[in-house]
Amino acid sequence: MNITEPGTEPAVRAEGLVKAFGEHRAVDGIDLDVRAGEIFGVLGPNGAGKTTTLRMLATLLPIDAGRAEIFGVDVAADPHVIRQLVGVTGQYASVDENLTARENLWLFSRLQGIPSARAKRIADRLLGQFGLEEAADKTLAHFSGGMRRRLDLAASLITRPPLIFLDEPTTGLDPRTRGQMWDTIRGLVADGCTVLLTTQYLDEADQLADRIAVIDRGRKVAEGTPDELKTAVGDSTLQLLLAEPGEVPAAVEVVRRVLGSDPVLSPEQGRLNVALDQADRAADVLIALRTAGVSISSVSVAKPSLDEVFLALTGHETDDRTDVEENR
Amino acid sequence: MSSTTIAPARQTVRAAERVAAARRHVSMGETLAQTMTMAWRAVKKMRRNPEQFFDVVLQPILFTAMFAYVFGGAIAGDVESYLPLMIPGILAQTVLTTCMVTGTQLREDMEKGVFDRFKSLPIARIAPLAGPMVADLLRYATAATLTFSMGLLMGYRPGGGVTGVLAAILLAILTGWSLAWIFTWVGTIAKSAQAVQGISMMILFPLTFLSNAFVPVGTLPGWLAAFVRVNPVSHLVTAARDLANGALVSTEVAWTLLACLVVVAVFAPLSVRSYKRHI
Ligand SMILES: Nc1ncnc2c1ncn2[C@@H]1O[C@H](COP(=O)(O)OP(=O)(O)OP(=O)(O)O)[C@@H](O)[C@H]1O
Ligand SMILES: [Mg+2]
Repeated sequence: MNITEPGTEPAVRAEGLVKAFGEHRAVDGIDLDVRAGEIFGVLGPNGAGKTTTLRMLATLLPIDAGRAEIFGVDVAADPHVIRQLVGVTGQYASVDENLTARENLWLFSRLQGIPSARAKRIADRLLGQFGLEEAADKTLAHFSGGMRRRLDLAASLITRPPLIFLDEPTTGLDPRTRGQMWDTIRGLVADGCTVLLTTQYLDEADQLADRIAVIDRGRKVAEGTPDELKTAVGDSTLQLLLAEPGEVPAAVEVVRRVLGSDPVLSPEQGRLNVALDQADRAADVLIALRTAGVSISSVSVAKPSLDEVFLALTGHETDDRTDVEENR
Repeated sequence: MSSTTIAPARQTVRAAERVAAARRHVSMGETLAQTMTMAWRAVKKMRRNPEQFFDVVLQPILFTAMFAYVFGGAIAGDVESYLPLMIPGILAQTVLTTCMVTGTQLREDMEKGVFDRFKSLPIARIAPLAGPMVADLLRYATAATLTFSMGLLMGYRPGGGVTGVLAAILLAILTGWSLAWIFTWVGTIAKSAQAVQGISMMILFPLTFLSNAFVPVGTLPGWLAAFVRVNPVSHLVTAARDLANGALVSTEVAWTLLACLVVVAVFAPLSVRSYKRHI
């Protein structure tokens, strides 16, 4: 095992990761470079291979091809060492339903060799940090989804691992709890941890991540800072619904003339999404459309969504594959 | 969740130090400690779901009464003289049924999210399997004790005295624990808890009924008698009879222990291997 100066070794370096389930390549040659001390976001729609990638890096699934190192330690060769370096919070809460919150934290501490008295103190501290004191001695049957999620994250932090994996940490949380989760994640990095998280939300990746990899159908389709990605799709999107679907070619022509780029046609009849680098360019487009006599039945300006990032990067829609819901 | 952010005044986490401090293997001592922690979890679970104890409480009581009155007259002439033959048989049978449940429960447990965390922690792979088995010793002890108590109530007076009976109970617990590895292995390979149940039944029935547990071997046809003689459960039953009825430590005890050793040596590694593979 090589020991290098802190900060020089990347937290994660993966090359050509592959995982196949039968014929289906869920992860099909993904490279990742996560620097120590950053929040790295893996962004992708349902079934993109986010969970599978994390599970391979966390030694929960064997790597079919390619290789991965965490802080310079080979994942396939030294799984026991990797498990001491990585705290994993999976997509589905991995805490014990039969135990109370306090007992859960005590159990996981003891399993990692922490003496009982210290395990109790750690449990108290984490319960406090995650606002779970009141529910501490209830079994998890009485817990809400958000409480479970918090307990799950708390359980991953017991030994204060230098690298933390968070698989969709805020999916299903209400906006307030989600904001608190974001603060917690930022706090981890302030403590010196590195965070690798997955998300389906562009705004979450934007708010949290220093760098983002966009994956789709098991492949990485883009990588960069949130700003770099957003410039690829524009800062905001002008969504137009034409009164006459037949006027779409005319509208495309106008947009091209005003902005120098093509709008994205939505599968819905007569709907166009126009990427804008500045929101106030919307007015220019609208005026030009009026002058050209293209009538519009509805208009809105919105932040680009994951769907649009996808359309821009891959040229196809994010296809919802609901069958992935059951998979772990 | 008012103060979710991590308190600032804490030492920073340094990755390089962690890498240097990480250990590459789990020691025997750690494995044992982790197994005991897992056993603690299993005991908590039992206490919160007391219905898990129904089988170990009801089965010895029902079976002892049922077998004594149904078969007693036919086989031994009267109930009283059937008891010394039958109680060690019931002992073996209840302990075996109890260890069959191990596989089903493990399987149900493994489908829960918490097993994902067990897999992601730096712990011995055998600990999540062995822990519940340690806790199950409680179940075997309950089943064995109740079987003898039931026998005593019905007029059984074991000639081996307290020592003989305790030795028989101990041997039964040990055998149950060893044979449970077979069911644990089934638990790690089968597709669902139901499948585990089905397969376990198929293993359990020949083991218990094709033994000398309830019927003297002499009354059986030759080919059946041959299987009955090599069945480890027969050895347990004979050993337990000798212990309970005569405080006699026969070679059957040695055969039973040997069979247990072989079962553990084969099925413990098999279980760990297929647990590791299990996605
Ligand atoms: N154990 C498995 N067996 C077979 N196929 C699987 C298994 N796990 C995942 N898959 C398939 O691999 C693909 C990627 O799944 P994965 O769970 O990694 O996606 P994801 O990006 O995490 O999606 P989501 O946002 O829904 O969590 C999906 O098509 C899924 O059906
Ligand atoms: Mg997922």
